[in-house]
Formats: sequence, structure tokens, C-alpha cells
Amino acid sequence: MRTALFWVFSAAAVLSALGVIGNVRTPINSALSLVVSMLALAGLYVLLEAQFVGLIQVMVYAGAIVVLFLFVIMLLNLRGSGAIGAETQPIMKAIGALVAGGATLWLVRTLAAGRAPWPDVDDGFGTTRAIGEALYTDYVLSVQVAGVLLLAGIVAAVVLAKKKID
Amino acid sequence: MGDVSGFHFQVVAALIFMIGALGVLVRRNIIVMFMSIELMLNAANLSLVSFSREIGNDQGQIFAFLVMVVAAVEVAVGLAIIISLVRNRDTVNIEDTSQMKW
Repeated sequence: MRTALFWVFSAAAVLSALGVIGNVRTPINSALSLVVSMLALAGLYVLLEAQFVGLIQVMVYAGAIVVLFLFVIMLLNLRGSGAIGAETQPIMKAIGALVAGGATLWLVRTLAAGRAPWPDVDDGFGTTRAIGEALYTDYVLSVQVAGVLLLAGIVAAVVLAKKKID
Repeated sequence: MGDVSGFHFQVVAALIFMIGALGVLVRRNIIVMFMSIELMLNAANLSLVSFSREIGNDQGQIFAFLVMVVAAVEVAVGLAIIISLVRNRDTVNIEDTSQMKW
């Protein structure tokens, strides 16, 4: 069952990731492919006993970030990127595909050298309780810094998107 | 989990990362390039969580969580930059925005 789920989720994640970059008609389709990819990745996180990260993936990525993308695309009323031929030259496409393909092969070969079986983990592994306890004890400084970063990001976004800076 | 191990998850992460990198290399629409960067961040997260499962330690998941926080901030600021770019230049094609100064 879990093996089947792994194949379903990973196929969905990879194919919809291809959909993100392969869609030249309108960025809306890319954003919707991105949602599918994020949700499939959340499924993979749950298979990896990382329920909390999977939950946050659905809420933050599929929920907030992609909605922000869609919001901006619709706000700017973008229709594709102009002429599709102007998207990119075939030679650039070929070079890009070669570089990405070669790097993937190299990565897979390196990863295959280090295959190890999974250890058994206790029931609490990756639950909200376990991650929350770690975040608010050992990593409390990181949480504080993340909060400051979010505040700075909000202020920066408001200032940057203002129509006229006084 | 049968025959699926950390290696399979790492291969999925590598594939998604390279699809994201390919997107940044071949696409010229700045919003799609930005989405490709998100794909790469997600692939790195999957790799972190998978290694965290492989060594039975939840530190990788905490790091993935913090990466998500940074990604959220990055999207907010990046999209604000894109909005002001489109307001000023009326284009999302990065070939039209090759100058540092207008």
C-alpha cells in the first residue's frame, strides 16, 4: 500500500513539476500545476513519517504561497509571456536540458552509492508534538529569528508594492 | 515500506530539483522562473525530510520547516518586486529587463 502510494505521489509530483515549466500558454496553468506538485510532496512527507511538515506543506505552500502567485498573476492580468516563440531559443532549451539531465544522472549515481535501510522510529517521530517541543526548546532562537524575518518580509512587500513611495 | 527506501525519495527530490533548474534556465517569464525556484526549494525540503527519516532524527524536519518560512518571505518580497517591475516596465519577460538602471 505504502509502496503504491509512493509511486502515485512521486509520479504526480514529477509530472506536475514538468507541467509548471512546460506550460507556455499562461502562468495560471503553471501555478495550478504547482499546487498539484506541492500536494503530492505533502503526501510524500507523510510517507516519510513527517506528518507535521506535510501539514505545513499543505497549509503554507499549497494554501498560501500558490494563492499568492495566482493573486499576483490575476492582479497583473497577464496573458502568457507574449509570443510563445519569444519564450526561449531552441539552442538554450537544448543546453538547459543537457545540463539538467547530466546533473540528474550524476546525482542519482552518487545517491545510489549510499543506499541504507531505514531504522525503526518510535510513534512520536515527526508529529506536531515532537517537532513543536524541539522548536520551542532547542531551536527557540531559530523561531524568533524566523518571526523577525517574517515581519521584515511583510514590511518589505508593502513598501515594494506601493504605487508611489513618499 | 517494502522495496521503497530513502534512495527512491532522493531520486524524486533530484528529479524535481533538476526540473526546477531547467525551468530557470529555459523559461523567460519571470513568474514561471520564480515558481521553478519554489520547486527547487521543495526538492531540497524533500531531500532533508528523507535524510531525516533515514537517520531517525527529526532535525531535518525542523530545518525543512525553517526553509518553508524563508520561502514564504521570499515569495512575498519577490512577488512585490514583480508587481513593481510590471508597473514600471509593463513586461514579465526578463529579456526586456536586462539593464541595471533605466
